[in-house]
Amino acid sequence: MLHDTWVIFKRAMLVSLQNPAWVIIGLIQPVLYIVLFGPLLTQMANVPGFPSGNAWNVFVPGILVQLGIFGGAFVGFGIISEWRSGVIDRMLVTPAARASLIAGRVLRDVVVLLVQTVVLLAVAMAFGLRVPPMALILALVLVTVLGAAFSALSYAAGLALKSEDALAPLLNTLALPIVLLSGILLPMSMAPGWLQRVSDIVPFKHMVDALRSVFQGQVWVGSVGIGFALAFAFAIGSLWLGARVFASQTR
Amino acid sequence: MSDNVIEARGLKRTYKTRAGVVEAVKGIDLTVARGKIVGFLGPNGAGKSTTLKMLVTLLQPTAGEATVVGCDLRRDPVGVRRRIGYVAQNGTTSPEAKVGLEITSQAELYGIAPAESRKRAEELLAALDLEGVWNRTCGSLSGGQRRRLDIVMGLIHRPELVFLDEPSTGLDPQSRANLWAHVRALRDRFGTTVLLTTHYMDEADSLSDELLVIDHGSIVAKGTSAALKAGLRGDAMTLTLRRAQDAAPAAAAITATDPAAQVQTDGNILRYQTPNGATALPGLIRDLTAVGIDPIGVEVARPTLDDVFLTLTGRSLRD
Repeated sequence: MLHDTWVIFKRAMLVSLQNPAWVIIGLIQPVLYIVLFGPLLTQMANVPGFPSGNAWNVFVPGILVQLGIFGGAFVGFGIISEWRSGVIDRMLVTPAARASLIAGRVLRDVVVLLVQTVVLLAVAMAFGLRVPPMALILALVLVTVLGAAFSALSYAAGLALKSEDALAPLLNTLALPIVLLSGILLPMSMAPGWLQRVSDIVPFKHMVDALRSVFQGQVWVGSVGIGFALAFAFAIGSLWLGARVFASQTR
Repeated sequence: MSDNVIEARGLKRTYKTRAGVVEAVKGIDLTVARGKIVGFLGPNGAGKSTTLKMLVTLLQPTAGEATVVGCDLRRDPVGVRRRIGYVAQNGTTSPEAKVGLEITSQAELYGIAPAESRKRAEELLAALDLEGVWNRTCGSLSGGQRRRLDIVMGLIHRPELVFLDEPSTGLDPQSRANLWAHVRALRDRFGTTVLLTTHYMDEADSLSDELLVIDHGSIVAKGTSAALKAGLRGDAMTLTLRRAQDAAPAAAAITATDPAAQVQTDGNILRYQTPNGATALPGLIRDLTAVGIDPIGVEVARPTLDDVFLTLTGRSLRD
């Protein structure tokens, strides 16, 4: 299983490195958020409801969670084209463990995502983000876990639907409420009461809150535990689902 | 071990669709002997690919049992996977990936170290006229090259049995002939058993040692191409006479020696079927000349696999 995962990871990674355009495009987007939207937000730090502290410490955690979600969410398109070119069936007929076929690919996505996260943090620090090393490590952990979850879900959806025309609207339908309700761009503490209640049921809001808390130096508080626990639980469920969908391809 | 690499009994696959249950494969029995090229011939939608997918562990049979290279299909799918190669209809390689990467990663999934797989790959690539493609991306190869690369992918772990699903679909005539030569070479050089599906009669005819004819999810005939054709009331005879008024006595002369012949007359042209036209021809001309009839043209058409299919199913393969 580990050997097979490594083989699939290596192949996927080498194909990605051969054509780094997508990695770079994926990198540019979060950097654009920092450069073009961050300065705007720093002007809002005094608006009622905006959490106390440096605006960057409020803004960057949201962008990190967004990177984790969208770094993984679109990989499903790749699995559809791999399926269409016969690669998936070819691999399913080898003795490789079914779960490694998805795990190796998720691992590749996570490594790409980690590189993007490091670049993003470096740019943010250049713009004025000041956080303890512990916060950086927890940020990397959360992005990794979230990225793995969305990558696995996206592969599962791609392989189950086998159509770009079906996957694209599905992702769009899910992406907008997730972005708006998780307080990625503006903290939900600024929202009216009813909107806050709605956002409470969105797990990603709690992850953003947890990371914001960490970025403001509060690590050992309940909300951080809840946010990270939700992220891990979500990732385990997604990976399980992804492995199930791969295994069910031969039913 | 038995000399059969595939023994299947009652393999069946049904799909549930909104319109109801579709029986793609209706309980087929098949046996494939070691070292043969077996052609699975049938029109599109006959159930060829579904049968193949069941035999390579890509689809679970709804019912039935099969042993593939000594391993039970249901109880030991991993054993089956280790021993077979499969080349799917839509290919095996990613267009962006380099040839060498696809081959070595495929081999590694069978536990073959990269150095060894490089050695094997060089051999196979040379055998399939694919030298010098190692560092090219799969998408940059021509259709024929890419299809041969698919075969390399399916053979890298030296399987005893390889499944080729529609190997020559989409290739130009020259690439097809070239591919056929390579498939024969697999059998002759490596002793590989090949099960291939095709809806091309010429491919089934020239490539396979044995044929399985499938239609509507059932096997309707099996045997060598020659035996299947001989089993028909075979050759189509077309006889052209100098004078139309000779047609009736000529038809009488034909049925005198071949009572089962059903002669159709069209002016001065007579048509009928006979099991072995070439042997019957000299006697026929002698008989006709003896009664003063002068045939000016004779044509003996050997039956094609399409005639076989037409006789078995009432439909043409070309439909």
